Amino acid sequence: MSAPKPVVGNRPVAICSFAQSPSLRRVDQANEVEMLMPVIAEVFAKANMTKDDMGFICSGSTDYLIGGPFSFVMALDAVGVWPPKSESHVEMDAAWALYEAWVQLQEGVIDTALIYGFGKSSLGDLSRVLAMQLDPYTMGPLWPDQVSLAALQARALLDRGLSTEQEFAEIAARSRRDALKNPNAQVRNDTPVAELLEEAYAVSPLRRHTLPPLSDAAAAVILVAGDRAYDVVDRPAWITGIDHRVETHAFGARDLAVSTSTATAAKVAGVGNGPVDLAEIQGPFAPQEVIVRQAMGLDDSVTINPSGGPLAANPMMAAGLIRMGEAASRIWDGSATRAVAHATSGPLLQQNLVCVLEGES
Amino acid sequence: MTEETLPPVTMLSTPIRLDYDFTAGLAQSKTLSGYAQGKFIGQRCPKCKKVYVPSGGSCPTDGVAMDEIVELANCGTVTTYCVVNVPFAGQSIELPYICAQILLDGANISFMGLIQEIPTDEVRMGLRVEAVWVPEDELGPNLSSVKYFRPTGEPDADYETFKEYL
Repeated sequence: MSAPKPVVGNRPVAICSFAQSPSLRRVDQANEVEMLMPVIAEVFAKANMTKDDMGFICSGSTDYLIGGPFSFVMALDAVGVWPPKSESHVEMDAAWALYEAWVQLQEGVIDTALIYGFGKSSLGDLSRVLAMQLDPYTMGPLWPDQVSLAALQARALLDRGLSTEQEFAEIAARSRRDALKNPNAQVRNDTPVAELLEEAYAVSPLRRHTLPPLSDAAAAVILVAGDRAYDVVDRPAWITGIDHRVETHAFGARDLAVSTSTATAAKVAGVGNGPVDLAEIQGPFAPQEVIVRQAMGLDDSVTINPSGGPLAANPMMAAGLIRMGEAASRIWDGSATRAVAHATSGPLLQQNLVCVLEGES
Repeated sequence: MTEETLPPVTMLSTPIRLDYDFTAGLAQSKTLSGYAQGKFIGQRCPKCKKVYVPSGGSCPTDGVAMDEIVELANCGTVTTYCVVNVPFAGQSIELPYICAQILLDGANISFMGLIQEIPTDEVRMGLRVEAVWVPEDELGPNLSSVKYFRPTGEPDADYETFKEYL
C-alpha cells in the first residue's frame, strides 16, 4: 500500500484518530479542562498511542468564550506537559491548528501531532462575544448579533436567485434527520420541511431551523505522516490537499452571496481533481452551506454532512475540526474514498479552509 | 461645514462589556467546598503521586485524571515570601504585610497566603505556620475563608524538606 500523491505539500500526512465529546447546550459541571480530558484520553486510546508518541501539539480555542486569559495554557493540563513538547495554539477553530500541524509535519522532522479544540458557548452571550471579531471602529460598536448578520447574507443569496427558503429548510431537515444516527449531535429530529416553513422568522429571512445550536464540546485528532499511519489505522485518511484563504473583514466590501476564499482554497486543494463522495461543511447557518457548496463546485451527487453538520452541533473552535474528523471517519469505515472537509472562521464566511481526504481504493 | 473642513477623527470610545458565568469545574468545586468547611482539599495524581491543591482535575505533569481526594493539614512551611510596602488601588490590608508561598503539609505545590501575628522582619523561609479561618458563620466557598497564616511556634523546617517547591 502507498499513500496517494498529495497535490499540496510533498509528504503524505493522514488523519488517523478522532474523538469528540457529545455537544450539549450547557456542560454545567465540568470546566474546559475537564470537558477535554476524556476526549484526549479517547483519541490516544483509539490510536494506541500516548502523549509521549506525539511530536507536536496544537490547539484551537478563544479566551473570549471563557472570559478569562490564557485558557489554552490551562487546557494543556488535560494533555500533561512533562517531558516538554513542542506546542502551539491558534485563536481560531482547531481546523487551523490542524493546518499548522500539517505544515510542521511537512518539514519531515516529526511524524505525529495531536490537535484539539474546545469551546463552551454557554458561558456568555455568544452573539455579543462574536461581535468582538468585527472591525472595532465602525461595526463592532453597533454590536450586531450573529443571526442578523447571517440574515444579511441569506438575503443576498435570495436576491441573487441562488437559493430559496425552501432549500434552507431542506438543508436543516436533512441535517437534523442525519443527526439521529450521530450520538454526539445535539439537535436530532425528523421534522417535515413543510412544518419547518411554518415557523416564524427569527430574523427575516432566517427561520429558527436555519440557525445552528449553541453548543459546548471538545474534539481531538491525531495526524501521522508517512507509513507510520498504517500502524494506527488500516485505511488512513490521507490529506491530499489542504488550503485556507481569507477575505476582507469589511463584509460590506465583498459579495456575500458567494465565497471567493472557499473557491480559491478548493481549487488549490484539488477538490475538482476527482469525484467527491461526501463533504462535511461548516456553514454553520443553513444558507452558508449553499454558498460553500457552490464555491467548491460540488454537484447534487455529493452527500453533504452525513454527521448532521453544524446545524446539529456547533461547538465554537471545535466544529471545523469535527468536520475533518467526521470526513476521515467515513474514509476509515470504507463508506467514502474521497471526501472534502470545510471549516470557516470570522464573520460571514470571512476565512475558509478546505481539506481533501483520500483513502486507498 | 463642508466635508473638507471637518476635523479628522483621531479617537473614539467604544464601551465594551461582556458578562460570563464561571464554571469552577468538578475538581476545583471540591477545593472550594472545602474552604466552606474550613479545610484544604486537594487531589493526588495516580501516576506521580503528587498532591495538588487546588486541584484542576488533571495532573498537569502526566495528563491523567486525579481521582483521589486528599484532605491536607491546616499547617505548612513558608517556602518563600515578600514584604509588600507599596500602596496600590484596592488595597485592603495595612502596609507593610507579608505575602508568602506556603507548602501545606502533605501537598506538592505551594499555596499563596498572608502571614500575620509576627513582625515582618522576623518572617523567614522555613517558618512553620498554620491557617487562621474566619468565624464559622462567615465561611464560604472561596479563599476569603482563610483569614491569614500565623506562626505555630515549631522549630523551622529544614531547607531540604522544601527546596523542591521554591
